[in-house]
Amino acid sequence: MADTEDDHIYLSLAEEHGDGDARWAFGTGFEDPLHGVETAVPAGVDAARLAADCAALADDALVGAQRLAQWCTRAPELEEEVALANIGLDLLGQARLLYTRAGQADGSGRDEDAFAYFRGADAFRNLRLAELPNGDFAFSVVRLLWLSSWRLALFTRLAHGAPDPVVTAVADKGVKELTYHRQYAADWAVRLGDGTEESHRRMCAALAEAAPYTGELFTGAPVCGVAPADLREEVAGVLRQVCDAAGLELPDARPLPGSGRDGDRTVHLAPLLDELQSVARAHPEGVW
Amino acid sequence: MATVTALTGALARRVAAQVPDPELPMLTLADLGVLRGVEVAADGAVTATLTPTYSGCPAMAEMRAAVAARLRNAGFPRVTIRTALEPPWTTDWITAEGRRKLAGHGIAPPGPAPRRTSGPVPLELSGVRRAVPCPRCGSADTRETSRFGATSCKSLWRCGSCREPFEYVKEI
Repeated sequence: MADTEDDHIYLSLAEEHGDGDARWAFGTGFEDPLHGVETAVPAGVDAARLAADCAALADDALVGAQRLAQWCTRAPELEEEVALANIGLDLLGQARLLYTRAGQADGSGRDEDAFAYFRGADAFRNLRLAELPNGDFAFSVVRLLWLSSWRLALFTRLAHGAPDPVVTAVADKGVKELTYHRQYAADWAVRLGDGTEESHRRMCAALAEAAPYTGELFTGAPVCGVAPADLREEVAGVLRQVCDAAGLELPDARPLPGSGRDGDRTVHLAPLLDELQSVARAHPEGVW
Repeated sequence: MATVTALTGALARRVAAQVPDPELPMLTLADLGVLRGVEVAADGAVTATLTPTYSGCPAMAEMRAAVAARLRNAGFPRVTIRTALEPPWTTDWITAEGRRKLAGHGIAPPGPAPRRTSGPVPLELSGVRRAVPCPRCGSADTRETSRFGATSCKSLWRCGSCREPFEYVKEI
């Protein structure tokens, strides 16, 4: 019986679906992730502002996903590699939806690939914390803890009614995913902070290295109607909760001048994009 | 005429409901709860509505293509697939039949999804973990070996009684 069921399953996957059907296992590649979703921008919403906000939140997710993917074959254990790749995949999914929304809202009709593969580093508006190199596992844990806590705090608010219904929907789903991203980072932060002398030392160093980059999480213009400053108390509370449980001090640091949201970059984004974009740029019309 | 339309609607729903999920192929899309509706208009055009499981689910395009192809093969030439992003999918939508099939294939079905309230999502650091009975022998002596697995929706567990590893569909 099981064999018959399995045969049926694999026959089904190999079925011909006709011309024009996107297939994920083989065929023409990905199709519009917002396929079949109502795309009109609601009256009263500043479409250019909406597009910029969607692109910036997508940039955070894409750059973050690329850093997480760089742990593949390098993570301390296979289980952690699988975890980091899974978290990256969620972020990549959020990025695809938000880039597509940005291209609809700004009227350019650009697709997700145009945003991800055919813009230079100077056009990205991600938080600079997302683009820093992975460092050791402790730094990646600290970075993920900050970014997932921040994004969860923002998405929780957007899920209760962003000005744009597509953003509301992306946030509502994202809340579930970010909740376990943050859980993963928090559990590791406690384990390492409250672990050996060496792991504690590395967590202290990681918190200190991340600290100057956390200022811009809470400054600047509203993102889809939410002022970043309004997220500070909640996110700082989470970081304090984790640090208390881990026996760590949350360091104070002078914020780095400028902001990734205004286009200020570190030297690390361009090489990351070179790698991320190399295949798409070498074969711009490539299909598979 | 009304009867014919009702029959056609039932046929379209049955065809769409039987499409297997690409990643959990023992389940149909209806078992998984991602098929949110199938409507047949008076002129015979079919609209099927799907919802993604996870933001990064790579199988959405495959699901759309498979549902459209099955409906066309069943005699519905005009098929539109809608994507419903709201409300977001939850494992609570996996049907009782779907849960039975998962367990029958050695995959522990999810428990109830956590209740969402307005306001900040609390962070639990106490390490409280759900008790998941072994889908093979029923023992409660099980432990999580990895919270992430081969697909977004599953974690890896091991049974202390029968010693078998098994997968568990995480509730979201």
